[in-house]
Amino acid sequence: MTKSELIDKLVEANGLLSRKESEAIISIVFDSMSDALKSGEKVEIRGFGSFTIRARDAREARNPKSGELVKIPSKKTPFFKTGKELRERVNCA
Amino acid sequence: MTKADIVERIYEKVGFSKKESAELVETVFDLIKSTLEEGDKIKIAGFGNFVVKEKADRRGRNPQTGEEITISARKILTFKPSQVLKAAINNQ
Repeated sequence: MTKSELIDKLVEANGLLSRKESEAIISIVFDSMSDALKSGEKVEIRGFGSFTIRARDAREARNPKSGELVKIPSKKTPFFKTGKELRERVNCA
Repeated sequence: MTKADIVERIYEKVGFSKKESAELVETVFDLIKSTLEEGDKIKIAGFGNFVVKEKADRRGRNPQTGEEITISARKILTFKPSQVLKAAINNQ
């Protein structure tokens, strides 16, 4: 399911919502989470899961094509931990 | 950040009441959860993809007793962040 399909689903689920309003809501949901992560903040959605920022150390790796040694700088990456309710629902279905 | 912060933003920007905003946020996550429960993936451009993966049986060990056990096959949810989100987090 893509973002635009999710927007349609929300219109179907709530009979009083216009597509434009649904679009605004879905955008706010994901923008709020992105903004929080950008500022290094943790995101915690009960029943769904939580997002945290994890640091990755700098490392040396090889370009698999040329065999050349490249230095990869340290970076931050978002990490998602599935919430208990969703983990159980996904596994049991 | 929690659901309450998302509700607040919808209340401020879209003009629904707090109660309606809270119900809408709840519905959004319910829709996402039931889609994933059915094994479908969720693809959000600019944010990332949520994909259900099947894991086969594997052998493991109880780290406390050293006893060998079989970890049963299961379905797990994975999140792959989009390039856009990763770049934004690294201020690029």
